[in-house]
Amino acid sequence: MGRVRALAATLASVPITLFGLILITFLIGRVVPIDPVLAIVGDRAPQDVVARTRLELGLDKSLPEQFIRYVGQLAHGDFGRSVMTSNSVGTDIARFFPATLELATAALLVAVLLGVPLGVYAAVRQGRWVDTAIRVVCLSGYSVPIFVLALLALLVFYATLQWAPGPGRQSVAFDGTVDQRTGLLLVDALLAGDWDAFWDACKQIALPAAVLGLSNMAYIARMTRAFMLESLSGEFVITAKAKGLSAAAVVWRHAFGNILVRLLTVVVLTYAGLLEGAVLTETIFSWPGLGQYLTGSLLNADMNAVLGATLVVGLAYVVLNLLSDLMYRVLDPRVR
Amino acid sequence: MLVAISNLRIAFSTPNGWAEAVRGVSLTLGREKLGIVGESGSGKSLTARSLLRLLPGNARVQADRLAFDGIDVLTASEKQMRAIRGKRAGLILQDPKYSLNPVITAGDQVAEAWRAHKGGSKRAARQAAADLLAQVRIRDPARVANAYPHELSGGMGQRVMIAMMLAPDPELLIADEPTSALDATVQAEILRLMEDLVSRRGMGLLLISHDLPLVGHFCDRVAVMYAGRVVEELRAGELAHARHPYTRGLLDCLPRLSHPEARLPVMQRDPAWLRA
Amino acid sequence: MIVTRDWLLTEAPASRGQAAWGRRYRLWLQLRRNPLAMAGLLVILALIALSLLAPWLATHDPGVQDLSNRLARPSAAHWLGTDELGRDVYSRLLYGGRITLGMVVAVVVLVAPLGLAVGCVAGYAGGIWDRLLMRVTDVFLAFPRLILALAFVAALRPGVTSAVAAIALTAWPPYARLARAETLGLRGTDFIAAVRLCGAGPGRIVLRHIAPLCLPSLIVRVTLDMSSIILTAAGLGFLGMGAQPPSPEWGAMIATARRFILEQWWVPTAPGLAIFVASLAFNLLGDGLRDVLDPKQGA
Repeated sequence: MGRVRALAATLASVPITLFGLILITFLIGRVVPIDPVLAIVGDRAPQDVVARTRLELGLDKSLPEQFIRYVGQLAHGDFGRSVMTSNSVGTDIARFFPATLELATAALLVAVLLGVPLGVYAAVRQGRWVDTAIRVVCLSGYSVPIFVLALLALLVFYATLQWAPGPGRQSVAFDGTVDQRTGLLLVDALLAGDWDAFWDACKQIALPAAVLGLSNMAYIARMTRAFMLESLSGEFVITAKAKGLSAAAVVWRHAFGNILVRLLTVVVLTYAGLLEGAVLTETIFSWPGLGQYLTGSLLNADMNAVLGATLVVGLAYVVLNLLSDLMYRVLDPRVR
Repeated sequence: MLVAISNLRIAFSTPNGWAEAVRGVSLTLGREKLGIVGESGSGKSLTARSLLRLLPGNARVQADRLAFDGIDVLTASEKQMRAIRGKRAGLILQDPKYSLNPVITAGDQVAEAWRAHKGGSKRAARQAAADLLAQVRIRDPARVANAYPHELSGGMGQRVMIAMMLAPDPELLIADEPTSALDATVQAEILRLMEDLVSRRGMGLLLISHDLPLVGHFCDRVAVMYAGRVVEELRAGELAHARHPYTRGLLDCLPRLSHPEARLPVMQRDPAWLRA
Repeated sequence: MIVTRDWLLTEAPASRGQAAWGRRYRLWLQLRRNPLAMAGLLVILALIALSLLAPWLATHDPGVQDLSNRLARPSAAHWLGTDELGRDVYSRLLYGGRITLGMVVAVVVLVAPLGLAVGCVAGYAGGIWDRLLMRVTDVFLAFPRLILALAFVAALRPGVTSAVAAIALTAWPPYARLARAETLGLRGTDFIAAVRLCGAGPGRIVLRHIAPLCLPSLIVRVTLDMSSIILTAAGLGFLGMGAQPPSPEWGAMIATARRFILEQWWVPTAPGLAIFVASLAFNLLGDGLRDVLDPKQGA
């Protein structure tokens, strides 16, 4: 019974959080010193055009009324019109989001495949030099600004060694050759059976995904280590050893098995964090994703686009948080 | 002789140098029931765990002799140790709430112990686990086998623990305060079960406890530890003739129905016991 | 009274003050044995000194351009070379340190007390207050930090002040969460019950008994967070939303110099390295502090 209630409380918190998210973006949109009307019609528009646009946008109403209107528009998927691309922001986001999703997913793979073994290894060797070395690597990973890492990666692997192709999601030869179905280039290329395009996309994503993944690997490794240390100090680990199990079985089946669910929730939250890193990474690798859309809009003071993108990222955060919470409840026998 | 310990010293590295927790313990154990009694920090658990080499990494173990059935535990390879752990000597810990793996079902944990030493299929192991659970007098082995540890009571958990440690037919059972975390009514039941299984299989038992009368009741011999040393060793029947003031103190501060006392005596500790 | 090692390390302190200082001294001794943390501390002290002494240590005026000497390699005259406008990179880094450290201090001063207060109140009061305050923190936590800060700055006006405000607005929720968790753990303890039985009111309990016990984990968190504040500030600067050129903020310096990465790589690399070193120093110290102050987190 308690479990059902806890679950209900979690689910009930989602609309409240969403409401808060929308309220924040709404308020940010209203404190802008730039007049949204002038941003649309331009500085030199005649007085009556300005006045009419103001009415159209509902800016003559009170703030609460404007907020209700804003929520109503969002409910219909209407984020307003982007000044920069003159498309509806919703359309723009739908076009740019898959690229970010693809990059973040690839980066997450890098982060997990490197971070988890490193964390486990560091915990098993706690206090030895390997542990210290991994600690320094991780703290460096936390400390390096991702845009510097990205620039240096371009300098070394693209300009100097020429191992990686230049920035972009596709090289020029393959531009627009793959039918868009999911918007995820790797998936689309596979669906089309176009192996050359797939291979090209793999080469293009490798460097940005590695940069983004490495800078997030640190977090996963540190959390894995912390969880493992706690788990390894458990009495049940003594029991497992006393049974005569091999070191591998003790570490992986017993100690790691105990942290698996908690680790999964961390991984999901990392995924959310990757969206943030993606903004800076995309700018440098000319990756046509939400991050680049966001920074482009920022520089053009295109507030509808900025707030729309911010809201979508916030939404993704909420969904991923909820997912990690639900996973925890479903997978952990102690909570189940 | 199953166990031979001579001049065992265990120390831990601390910021202020080595702190000795066990300071020259000597014990022997055959196929008999030996109880080790002492207060928290007296080194009784460390002594027992050092026998299976299960001490934390920052512990330093030294001994003139630390042997299990003639195998030198100090120099044995990890592989040799694994052949002892579980297979030849089982270890039961204090609180099943912590000593059982919380995310694996009871049955799987018992089956794992069985399979680690006897091999065979998973099915066979699971069948064996159910049999073992029945042997420790669990009425509904099928249900308990599918339960997670947190779904079991303390007494039930400890039965699972016993079943798990008896799975590979060991020659020695080390029980480290096996009933301290249990309700008083369940304590006696679990101890009787353990004694029964140990006697029937002709195993050795090393029972660690802070409860002197209890140990005296279930064991053949009792070793009393204080501050990392064995201060007195005697037959269980001769507890009343204990000579060391610490042992006497432990016995004297128990309430008796036959001689009620308004105020129980408080033990006066003599610093000389530390040097003895 | 003479403060000696013995006075600090005595097993039987004569006063509360002596006990408190003795405890602090022991923590310091423990921290001193961690070479990584000490390296971090030294670097931080050096950074502070360099920033404060920037006017005396700089070899050039950080704003003076010399277009005939653009993008020069490091030399005796310009230790770290010059940037795209011929300004001395070394001198600009020194002055940039002032901006970065200033932003960090400003954010922490704004955020830590706020987070502590919100967390303690929510945790101790419980009920509707707890739910309300935690919902608000949830909402702020639901945005990635940099992105919310970007939106804020875009709405205000790019610049150091709005960057500080934006980072502060996005930085307080984790502190509130942390303080609340600590408070919840403490609220039910016997010693708080004892204080309450002695007649202490909620204000006194929170201020005198709960908040001080939240401090160690808060300090650890602040130190570790400083690195992330540095990175967010630099990220904002890099995207043109933080300190504005010609201000020598490190992130902004990288932004203006990034197009030279392939030929004159040292120009953007120098400020990049500065951000990395500063951020790493805080991480190393925070990590060491956590081991000492908050062993139960043990991460």
